[in-house]
Parts: sequence; C-alpha cells; structure tokens
Amino acid sequence: MNNLAYKLETFRDDYTFRNSPDAIRRFPFPFDQDHYMYSVNIEPHKPGAPGSVFEHTFDIDEHYVAECADKALTLAQDKGRYAALPHMMDAQWDFLELTMESLARDYPDQFKLSKEGERWTWTNLPLGIEDSFIFGDASTLPMEPLEYMGRQVQGDFVLLDQREGTLFADAGFITSQADWSLAFDIGMAWHEWHGPVPQVEKMGVMERALKFLLSLQQGSPVRRLNWTMTINPRLDTSPEHYPQWGPDKLKVTAENAGRKAHLRVELQGLFRLPRSNAILFSIRCYLMSLEEMATYPRWIKRFHRVIRDLHPDLLEYKGIKVYHAPLMAWLAPHDDGEELPLGTQPE
Amino acid sequence: MSHLNVIVSAIADVAEGIRHFTLVDAAGRELPGFSGGSHVVVSMRAGARTYRNAYSLLSPPSDRSNYQIAVRLQENSRGGSRFMHEQVQVGTALEIAWPVNLFAISRVGRKHILVAGGIGITPFMSQAHDLLRTGANFELHYAFRSPRHAAFVDELRRLLGPRLKCYDQSQGQLLDPAALLSHQPLGTHVYVCGPGGMVDAVLDTAARLGWPDAHVHHEEFLAPPVGEPFAIRLAQSQRVVEVGAEESMLEAMEAAGVDVPYLCRGGACGRCELEVLATDGVLEHHDHYLSEDERRAGNKIMPCVSRAKCTFIELNL
Repeated sequence: MNNLAYKLETFRDDYTFRNSPDAIRRFPFPFDQDHYMYSVNIEPHKPGAPGSVFEHTFDIDEHYVAECADKALTLAQDKGRYAALPHMMDAQWDFLELTMESLARDYPDQFKLSKEGERWTWTNLPLGIEDSFIFGDASTLPMEPLEYMGRQVQGDFVLLDQREGTLFADAGFITSQADWSLAFDIGMAWHEWHGPVPQVEKMGVMERALKFLLSLQQGSPVRRLNWTMTINPRLDTSPEHYPQWGPDKLKVTAENAGRKAHLRVELQGLFRLPRSNAILFSIRCYLMSLEEMATYPRWIKRFHRVIRDLHPDLLEYKGIKVYHAPLMAWLAPHDDGEELPLGTQPE
Repeated sequence: MSHLNVIVSAIADVAEGIRHFTLVDAAGRELPGFSGGSHVVVSMRAGARTYRNAYSLLSPPSDRSNYQIAVRLQENSRGGSRFMHEQVQVGTALEIAWPVNLFAISRVGRKHILVAGGIGITPFMSQAHDLLRTGANFELHYAFRSPRHAAFVDELRRLLGPRLKCYDQSQGQLLDPAALLSHQPLGTHVYVCGPGGMVDAVLDTAARLGWPDAHVHHEEFLAPPVGEPFAIRLAQSQRVVEVGAEESMLEAMEAAGVDVPYLCRGGACGRCELEVLATDGVLEHHDHYLSEDERRAGNKIMPCVSRAKCTFIELNL
C-alpha cells in the first residue's frame, strides 16, 4: 500500500466514510453460524492469511490517515480520552516499543524505526512525522509515549496493570469506543468494568476469561472479535458525546437502514508486555454498512438471522432495540432462507 | 507454548551448592525483555526423561544480551538440579520458556520490604534493578546460614548500599518478622521468598499485624514430592498414563505426549489445574493454589506438584 491508497473521508458530520470492494472482502465478519451468543472466543494472535486483517500484529488499512485525523479531533475536543496513572510509565514505553517495532517490520515502506543505543528515530511517512528521542525518557518525546503512538495506530488502547490477582485499567487512549468511558473506567478492576454485560455473569465467562488473562504469556498474544452496531460510520460513540449520535438511532427507516446502519466489529488483541508485566488490550474498530455487507449475499442473509433471533437483553445492551423494526424491514427481503454453510468467509 | 533456544555461555560457583549460569540466545539475537521477579522454565533432556524446573532471572531486566539463573543442588534432587550441576557445561544448548512473572512488585506500593532466605534471594536480584531504576523506596533483608552460603552478597552490597540488611545465622543474627513489619508506614508491601518456615513466619506475622492480603506477596516454588506409582485415565482421549514414583503427573503426561498447559510447575500459579472425575483413592494436594473448600470438594488437582494415593485417577482431559 502506498500513500495514495489512503482515503480522504470523515467519520462525523457529512460521514463520507466508505469501504472499497477490497476493504469489504477483508472485513472481519464475526458470525460463523446463524445464531449468536456471547462467548470468550479467544485464539492465538498469530499472523493470518496475507491480505486479511489478521496478517499483521496491528492492521493498517485504507482508512488509516482519516482515522488518525478523527482521533486528533476527538482528543482536541476532550482531553480526557487519554489518561494514564503515574505507575504506568513502563507500560507506556512497552506500548511504544511494540507498536513501533511492529509497524516498521510489517509496513517497511510506510514506517521506519532506527536505533542507536537508546536514541531512537521514528518515521511515519503517511502522517509526515519524524522524531528522534531517548527511549525511556518521556521528556524527549512531544507527549507521553501512549498518547504519541496512540495517535498513530488505528484503534483504541488500554493498559492493564496486574496486581492483587486481578487487572486494573490504569491507562488508556480511547477515541473510538462503543459507548463506554475511559474517564469512568480508569483505575477499575476487571469485575467492576465488566459489571453491566448481561447474560454473562451467570455463565462464569468473566471468571474464566480473567484466569486466562492473568496467565497470558509474553510472546503468545491472543485475539478475539466482538461486535455491535452503529448508526452512521462514527468512530466516537462515547457516552460523553451521546447527544451527538444517540438520537440518530431514531432516524433509521426501512428505506435508509442499508446506508445508515453499520456492523461494528472490534478486533481485540491482548499482549503481555515485557518491562511492566502489564497487558495491552487493543481494540481495533471496523465499520461496514448493510449495503456494503449485501454485496456478499451469504453475509447479509446470516446477519438477518442473527439480528432477528438475538436475545432481547443483548438487543437492549447493544442499543439495537429502538431501531430493530426498521432494521428487520430492510434486512428481511435480502434473506431467501437458503441454508448457509458454517464459517465466516464471503462467497 | 513458544520456547527460546539458548546456550550456556558461562558457569560460576557463587556459594556452597549454588551454581550460576549465563544463557545467551542460540542465534545471537537479543533475548525478550522481562520485568523484575520473572522466572523461566528450563527444559533439561536427561536421557529418556525431560526435567523442567523454574528458575528466577537474576540479570538486570534492561540487559537483553543474556539471562542469568542460579541453581542450588537440592539434597534430594529428583534430577533437575543435579542435571544442571553435573551435566551442563559451557556450550550446552538448553530450551527455555519465555519469561513469566508471578512475583511482580506492586507498582502502586509506597514502600517495599523484600525478605530473602538463602537461594530465595534470586527473584529479588532482578527486582532490585527495577526498583532502583524507578526510584522506589525499598529495602532488602537477606538471611543466610553463613558467609559461605551468601550468594551474590558482595554484588548486592555494591548495588544497594545501606538498603541491604544481612542476617548471618552463623553469627546468631536472626531476622525477626515482627520487628520488621510492626512499624512500617501505610501503603508498604512485603515480599518474601525463602524456605517454607520463613515464608510462613512472614505471612503469619503480617496477618497478625493486620496487613491487607494485597500487600503481602510470596513466592515459593515447590518440587514435586515422590510417592507411589499410579495410573491416570484420560476420559476424553481414552488413554492411560502411568505415573512413576519419582515423577509428577505433569511430567508423566508430557512424557506420554499429552499437551497440558503450565506456567510455574511449582504449585503456585494455577495454570495447570485439571478436573478430577473419579479416583479409587485419595488426592494428595501439595500446591499453594487451591482453597481449603476446593480441596475438600476433591474435583480439582494441580498435576505439577500434586498426586494421589490410589491405583487410578480419572481426569477430564
């Protein structure tokens, strides 16, 4: 991918975000069967098929430049989207090292990293950034390491400190969250920030997931997919800005749902970090309108069935309930009831 | 589980019965970074058997050119420490797991009291480097049998100066946990690694003085005890694995090619927990992980150190 392939588009106001046919084909469609129920669905974060979103440690795609511009806008409006407690500085440097080394290795035409001892030079060609700094000395960077690289990698990032047999969300760079708040969750322990997920506690899922994460090993990162829906291709669906996007849910009609309603898939990664023993939780957001999804009939048929049969608690939790009727009215005609093979691949 | 291939580049005797090994990457690359208090599990191929023991990393975490470990020859060694002392030479290739930290410094602690007994000094070596680097408020209390047993004491004196307090038992100097813990400021954390009696004394004292559990840390890797032979029935794969008197359930399953997850191999972390479906005898729990209630329930076992007095035990695996 060269510079020219990055699209100029917006994730707010006039919403000019669109996926190219190539971006649709590589979209991480999360439903491998016609019914959805919450599960931990964790797998090793190993390099996936060439061209897929799993190919590299951090996926950079055609939306990179526009998404970084949107991050900067959100952060300019609300400084609280970046926060780090003082004991997380080692974890911040771990994050900077992991992202810089990964991008320079995986996209050598776009990003370059050179090291002379502790003096590092970082070059980001798509964003026109070049900085030299002393690794480990935050005063030599324009801002703290997590904010610096959080602005230059697509997705959101939380650094979890491990202590007292649990994990604490003690630092984060959060500008494209699906209706949760860093300002609210910072410093919270695992069970506190997962408190509100319905249908989950009684399954013991969170307990098992925590146990798994506490023994997550360096060198063996894992990933999972999560999903929800968003009206308009908006990255910043934060509770703080609810008045700017919440009412859009009421404007969904059977006619416009294909353009307005988007499947929002989060590719979540979990990495044990070396110096800090902290865990990096990365949340990369992919958006696809239903019209775009319908270019693959297998996907739109399956999505219709998933939404039609979703547990009422989950419809409520994912905020779909208020426009469920017009959504179904748009989806139903796309589904002829054909039996679909298991699996997430498009035809 | 991913592994690192290393070569022994130097060996030194640093105290009576304690041998120090320097490991470098077999391909000459940098080794992964790690945090103070981390350990690695070293795989040792001794003929038909493979021993796997956890050893704390001693080197400064910022130095990725090599790892350093120290191995004490256990009097009743099942083979691991004897292998390291008698078979391993400069140039020997070893396989190690990536570093794991089950004994991390609490980064929100205001003050840190490190308490070491004998070979229990090892996890504090890398922690001391981290604590110095971050400018933390800490002190290290190091008890040993005699100067001949005091591994790394000169190096620690140079590094830590007055932060190091030594207790030479041959001179009648005893470490008194009550005196140490009774006058510490709020927000202090204590970390202890050493013989079982010392760990228990520090934990009991802290509990008696009302220290919050979250401020009291210990690391105590156990070696699997010997017992009588028995058989493991694997319910899912319909296989039977014989466990010898001198091997652990985990080792027996690994030798039979069964993939069982593990991290510490010392009964501390809980990663290797397996579900017990049935047995015709009694489980002998040796781990630090299961609660009293879980032991009574009798349906979980840590195969790294625990075994059973029985003819068979059936696992959900």
